[in-house]
Amino acid sequence: MAEVTFTLNGEEVTVDKPLNMRFLDVLRTTLDLTGAKEGCGEGECGACAVLLDGRIVDTCILPLASVAGRDIVTIEGYRTTERFQVLQNAFVKEGAVQCGICIPGMIIAAESLLSENPDPSDDAIRTALSGNLCRCTGYNMIIAAIRRAAKEGEGLW
Amino acid sequence: MNKIPESLNEALQYLKEGTYDVLAGGTDIMLKNRGYAEAPVPFKKNMLYIFNLDELRYIATHDEHIAIGAVTSYASMLRHPDVPDILKRSIRQIAGPALRHVATLAGNIGNASPSADGVLVLYLLDARIILASADGEREVPIEDVITGPGKHTIRPEEMIKEIRLPRRTFSNTFFKKVGARKADAISKTSLAGAARLHDNVVEELRIAIGAVNVTVVRDRSIEASFKGLTLEDLKARVDEVAAAYDSLIRPIDDQRSNARYRKQVSFNLIEAFIRQL
Ligand SMILES: Cc1cc2nc3c(=O)[nH]c(=O)nc-3n(C[C@H](O)[C@H](O)[C@H](O)COP(=O)(O)OP(=O)(O)OC[C@H]3O[C@@H](n4cnc5c(N)ncnc54)[C@H](O)[C@@H]3O)c2cc1C
Ligand code: FES
Ligand code: FES
Repeated sequence: MAEVTFTLNGEEVTVDKPLNMRFLDVLRTTLDLTGAKEGCGEGECGACAVLLDGRIVDTCILPLASVAGRDIVTIEGYRTTERFQVLQNAFVKEGAVQCGICIPGMIIAAESLLSENPDPSDDAIRTALSGNLCRCTGYNMIIAAIRRAAKEGEGLW
Repeated sequence: MNKIPESLNEALQYLKEGTYDVLAGGTDIMLKNRGYAEAPVPFKKNMLYIFNLDELRYIATHDEHIAIGAVTSYASMLRHPDVPDILKRSIRQIAGPALRHVATLAGNIGNASPSADGVLVLYLLDARIILASADGEREVPIEDVITGPGKHTIRPEEMIKEIRLPRRTFSNTFFKKVGARKADAISKTSLAGAARLHDNVVEELRIAIGAVNVTVVRDRSIEASFKGLTLEDLKARVDEVAAAYDSLIRPIDDQRSNARYRKQVSFNLIEAFIRQL
């Protein structure tokens, strides 16, 4: 066991767990934050994504040790932001959500993209989503939703 | 015990005193040791977690080379103006953004896979690897670091500290990876090429081929044998170039592809590189 301290959704937390725990399990089991999902468990689907220092990472292949001292935002923290409201609204309007399991990861991917590139081309959106799988929507609605969010949320990113 | 060192010296001291596996981005080693959900990952050795070793997170431009610290993420390399374009093109083909934010070139080397995309370009660019231990450093050409699939010459007390890319200008570079879905495709075959032309004469030709032998294939004597030709002559002899690599292209059959397919693809890639010069 080891104590690891990091910022989680704006607050400093310390967990006492083995350094070689997958961060996904620490989030879901120890911290009871179940927004990040386990899809593939091997870095291919993005269902487990969170923001690490503002950038998307997959927590199923991230050991607890790697978050020491870092700033982590999960979908639970992100959903209190104005940016989330804009994205949520855009996803609803474009019909971009079906079963929903991929959506926390999609929102995290969208935030990671828009914070680097507030006015992305369709190509940039596709690249940003290239590590996120959705087995329901066929992606086009998700891409349209992010395009809409970039427009309607102009100035927020 | 598992360690999160706060400085390079501390890390090297651990490596001197104990036996550790290094974990940088973890994107390879976490999966290689994958166990059960909700249980600690069953690593075989004690782990040295260097992801937060900010001392090794840098890209520095020197007169003769670009120096990339071992913990620098692919994403930072993509953002840096002095990182060679050919390396950026290969990085863009590695997985998706989430992986590129944490994974490292040093990890790509440590993985020692003949199909690694970053390593392919390191061969092409004559990269030199700085291996550090508590007793000092040595600088080793990439092809002397990797010796076979999963095999390398990094000593147990050493770790990769830095990757050095000599600064060279080429008239033309080429990168093509043939695989399945981009975000998780391990190359079936890949080729990186570079050429320097002067007054229509080939002054330098470099070819590195991935996933067709136990290590990346790069043969300087073949390259030299096509030097001095005019561009037209080189293009006219494209079949000869491909044939020169025939004995070096010894791909394996595996779940990703079969040998005949890989051989044909490598020939096609060599041709594609030469024809677009
Ligand atoms: C979904 C997915 C897609 C992928 N796609 C690609 C792809 O398209 N192309 C490709 O080439 N790879 C791909 N990979 C493999 C992997 O992401 C890369 O090889 C990456 O560069 C590994 O870097 P890392 O920092 O995460 O390595 P780690 O997992 O941290 O380490 C890998 C190995 O290198 C050693 N190591 C790491 N740092 C050092 C150091 N400083 N000194 C000494 N040894 C060290 C470790 O001990 C370990 O043996 C993919 C992986 C996943 C999960
Ligand atoms: S569960 Fe992590 S990427 Fe699929
Ligand atoms: S909405 Fe079902 S997987 Fe994306």
